[in-house]
Amino acid sequence: MTKYNKSEAELEASFQQRVDSEQKIEPKDWMPEAYRKNLIRQMSQHAHSEIIGMQPEGNWITRAPSLRRKTVLLSKVQDEAGHGLYLYSATETLGIERSELIAALQSGKAKYASIFNYPAQTWGDMGAIGWLVDGAAIVNQVSLQRTSYGPYARGMIRICKEESFHQRQGYVIMMELAKGTPAQKQMAQDSLNRFYWPSLMMFGPHDSESAHSAKSMKWKIKRETNDDLRQKFIDQTVPQIAYLGLEHPDKDLVWNEEKGQHDSGEIDWDEFYAVINGNGHSNRQRIQHHVKAHEEGAWVRDAMSAYQQKKTQRKVNAETAA
Amino acid sequence: MTSSTETVNKQDIIDYAARLGDDAIVIGHRLSEWVSRAPFVEEDVALGNVALDFLGHARMYYTHAAELSNEQNGTTDITEDNFAYLRDERQFQNHLLHELHKGDFAYTTARQLLIDVFNKHFLEQLKKSNDKTLAAIAVKAAKEAKYHCRRSQDWTLRLGDGTSESHERMQLALNDIWGYSHELFEVDALEQRLVDAGIAVDCTLLKADWLKEVTAIIEEATLMVPDQDWAVSGGRQGYHTEHLGHLLTEMQFVHRSFPGAKW
Ligand SMILES: [Fe+2]
Ligand SMILES: [Fe+2]
Ligand SMILES: [Fe+2]
Repeated sequence: MTKYNKSEAELEASFQQRVDSEQKIEPKDWMPEAYRKNLIRQMSQHAHSEIIGMQPEGNWITRAPSLRRKTVLLSKVQDEAGHGLYLYSATETLGIERSELIAALQSGKAKYASIFNYPAQTWGDMGAIGWLVDGAAIVNQVSLQRTSYGPYARGMIRICKEESFHQRQGYVIMMELAKGTPAQKQMAQDSLNRFYWPSLMMFGPHDSESAHSAKSMKWKIKRETNDDLRQKFIDQTVPQIAYLGLEHPDKDLVWNEEKGQHDSGEIDWDEFYAVINGNGHSNRQRIQHHVKAHEEGAWVRDAMSAYQQKKTQRKVNAETAA
Repeated sequence: MTSSTETVNKQDIIDYAARLGDDAIVIGHRLSEWVSRAPFVEEDVALGNVALDFLGHARMYYTHAAELSNEQNGTTDITEDNFAYLRDERQFQNHLLHELHKGDFAYTTARQLLIDVFNKHFLEQLKKSNDKTLAAIAVKAAKEAKYHCRRSQDWTLRLGDGTSESHERMQLALNDIWGYSHELFEVDALEQRLVDAGIAVDCTLLKADWLKEVTAIIEEATLMVPDQDWAVSGGRQGYHTEHLGHLLTEMQFVHRSFPGAKW
């Protein structure tokens, strides 16, 4: 790369300097190969999560209990598709094609948020997912608005605007249930119980166990640690649960006056790794659903490019004839 | 459209608005089944959009029916949801074409082409309704129907004139559903009363323009307009295919499991 006229070490030093001084890295800038790889991994995982995340909620669109809730849920799920698209495009700026990213998702090489391996069993789960799952995602994404890679940071700013509507619609569902009939309140409590702990797991392992953390922090791909982000989420959720009049699923939760935050019970990390490693209720189903839609759509995509080719050819023919 | 709505039986208008709502909710449901199952993500978004449009139309029609019902019964608690969730298969009066199964992408495209072009012409007429609410709904829905038409036309061309597989699938789909298109242009006694009062659209008058437009698109897509020799009808009388019962079972089950609950 004589173009830069600098050694790899010099390039890396000036790259780090830009990162340290909070300048955004843009697609055409020089970047360490490991930075690029790390970003592709994280951004595509995020994109895949938006796409796979359509399934548990999509599963309830046709069963939503009122037309108003159906409308809101459908537009929420549709937003997630839009987020997926947006993030795929942002990832493509790193020199990789969407088709490669999708192939990696389908082969299991790329991951998506493990929370979506949990089944959405009741209408209450639409409340819990919007409130807690989107809520946890927002905490993470707000932090990522300051991530060092420009296209990713700008994507997060745009996506976060819609995410707060997502969390809101989930919480509204929970409020309606919590102030509703005893059976509805029971439904809300059950959903909270099932989704609370998995939501905490969304922030990833403890910092001491996290494989990608140190380098990501240095490069400012990540801006805050897993544990710090999780703590924010735990603290913001306590009054929300109280307002609903539901029981907090963490029986060991106590306010720590000195730290100004809540101490909480330990997460079941065995469950976390078990679900990540394929033992969730829906792991296989999620990928198979995606593969099936993709394969069933192959002839449509083929038809589209064949038509486009014919159209271009006709135009060329017409011009030659003229 | 000259007579005044004063002479019209309110129940007729309620039934008419509910029918239009039934068409919209049922096709919206079918379209929403595509979300997370589309051929590529852009289409998840687009199909979701169209589904949302129909859902929006259903809500406007049902809300109108609900308001008139409340006026008629001296009640205040009848809502759009009563119409969507608390009526049975025999009470739903959507056209059969709308309720047929989701099918493959060609089936969805062919069905939308027939429905969207119909809607475009239908809503242009409904804009002139003596019922001000229906006319206002039509103004809003017509804008979306124009976009739906363009979309269905584009997809019909791509699939019809794409690969041999897509061509064959499109032709099969058209052949499969064509016989359900005829009832779109029927007018029963109820609708005739409302046509006479200047409230309902006389659908019999839409057929020629519809057929001309649909035929042009189908032929440009190198496809053939199917034979006219079969026709199924009965939706407006609640005489449905077996598809609708399952759709309603799914749509209504949560709502009906918690009588009187708010969501
Ligand atoms: Fe997200
Ligand atoms: Fe999202
Ligand atoms: Fe979201």
